[in-house]
Amino acid sequence: MSIAETLIPPRPAPKAERKALTTSALIGYIAQALWLVLAIGLVYMVLTGWDPEKFAKYGPRYLDGIRVTATLVIVSVAFGALLSLPIAFARMSKNRLLNGIAYGYVYIFRGTPLLAQIYLLYYGIGSFKPELEAVGLWWFFREAWYCGFLSLTLNTAAYQAEILRGAIQSVPKGQREGAKSLGIPDRIAFRKIILPQALIVALRPYGNEIILMIKGSAVVSVVTVLDIMGQTRYAFSRTFDYQTYLWAAIFYLLIVETLRHVWAWLERRLTRHLTR
Amino acid sequence: MDGVFSAVGSFLGWLGHGLDPLCGPVGIFSFLPPDSIVACGDTGWGDEIALGLKMTLSLALATLPLGLVIGFFIALALQSREPSLRRAAGIYTTIFRGLPELLTLFIVYYGAQILIQTFLAWVGYEERVEINAFVAGMVALSVVFSSYCSEVLLSAFKAIPRGQYEAGDALGLSRSRTMVLIIVPQLVRIALPGLVNLWMNLLKDTALVSVIGLAELLRQTGVAAKVSKQAFFFYMLACGLYLVLAIISSFVLGFVERWAKRAEIGR
Repeated sequence: MSIAETLIPPRPAPKAERKALTTSALIGYIAQALWLVLAIGLVYMVLTGWDPEKFAKYGPRYLDGIRVTATLVIVSVAFGALLSLPIAFARMSKNRLLNGIAYGYVYIFRGTPLLAQIYLLYYGIGSFKPELEAVGLWWFFREAWYCGFLSLTLNTAAYQAEILRGAIQSVPKGQREGAKSLGIPDRIAFRKIILPQALIVALRPYGNEIILMIKGSAVVSVVTVLDIMGQTRYAFSRTFDYQTYLWAAIFYLLIVETLRHVWAWLERRLTRHLTR
Repeated sequence: MDGVFSAVGSFLGWLGHGLDPLCGPVGIFSFLPPDSIVACGDTGWGDEIALGLKMTLSLALATLPLGLVIGFFIALALQSREPSLRRAAGIYTTIFRGLPELLTLFIVYYGAQILIQTFLAWVGYEERVEINAFVAGMVALSVVFSSYCSEVLLSAFKAIPRGQYEAGDALGLSRSRTMVLIIVPQLVRIALPGLVNLWMNLLKDTALVSVIGLAELLRQTGVAAKVSKQAFFFYMLACGLYLVLAIISSFVLGFVERWAKRAEIGR
């Protein structure tokens, strides 16, 4: 019988085995290299094509465009949220007429392209100038910005109504019954029991909807609103410099990615009582 | 041989005309009086709009397979065990889901033009190149479609249990045959609702290609609206036609979904 007098001295970890180069790894390296080349190409393009004159001329315009896009999105998402409330409730009501109208509204606005809706509002309704002047609404339909705002609002209201309806209906029936058995009035039960749970479900779709709106708002540039996209097209039509589009891409990506991360953080924070 | 081709061509043309829902023999516009504004022929805008509708449909139908195939491979890359592949695919989806579709379209349209021009200049051939709007639209839309499609397929992949792959291994099937025979049939069934949504979005996104001058539905109605000064009517018509396309596709795809689920009935 032998007794170990000393412990085995610490030894370095065994050498990691070199992985064989698989096909997928090869494709992955090539794809990453392609992205890298593309990124370097873009940086090179920006550096060689840098023109202080253009920067001074179009830089402030881009900032202005960001402001326009941000205002447009914020205002129309807010108004769309207001408008989506009656639509969502009509969609959930037992009245078949109300339900049908709300369903039709949602179907029409989700089934047609945003671009066609904007054209319809700006050029279509705008062609009734005398009638609009008689009603006193011409100032509204004359401005491309207002038309863009109205069509974005109507469009997002349809989507938000569906989000809201889905979220409210996802709350289990037992919650409502529980409130009833405690003698809580319907109104308060809705506000304090149903809605908080529904909004948590709706959080992620709402975030997606805002991102879709940021992307969708680029369409208003077609009817001469000078948002990021509009300013880009203006700058491109003056300079024929491809960089204008790259800058727009950078701005949009920055906005969308920031919002996505902020929203993910918000969701983690608001649902921390639900994680197990 | 030429005769056969021309015969087939004329047969297809005749078939296309015969089934044309707007200007064919049983088309809606054909029943209108010839002096109406959407009549078919030289006096009305019916035939132009019918052409636009055809262009919209063919653009969407040409984009779909391309987008699906790219999306499938991106989804494969996204769930691969190789980090470099995952990262590369992640960059792809992040970029193209973050950019507005309109901007992607412009980037593809002008970018391809510039690329080809510089390449030709490098070879020693100086001339202005104009990219076909249909091809540019198809590429841009399938890039956007594929990046959304990859997310749908990725979540469908995650819904398929590991045991299915292991069963394929146990049967001695190769990786690719496991994929085709076992995984893809289930994948289609799980991903179909998401893909239907993407198809609806694709139909709507084709309207954007009108901005770079493709003579599709919205472009044609826009031209008609400008010339005839009846903007409201023509844009209403465009919206209505898009709506009809959406209704028809949801009807047809409802059948497809039921067909795909036929094995699940009773469970």
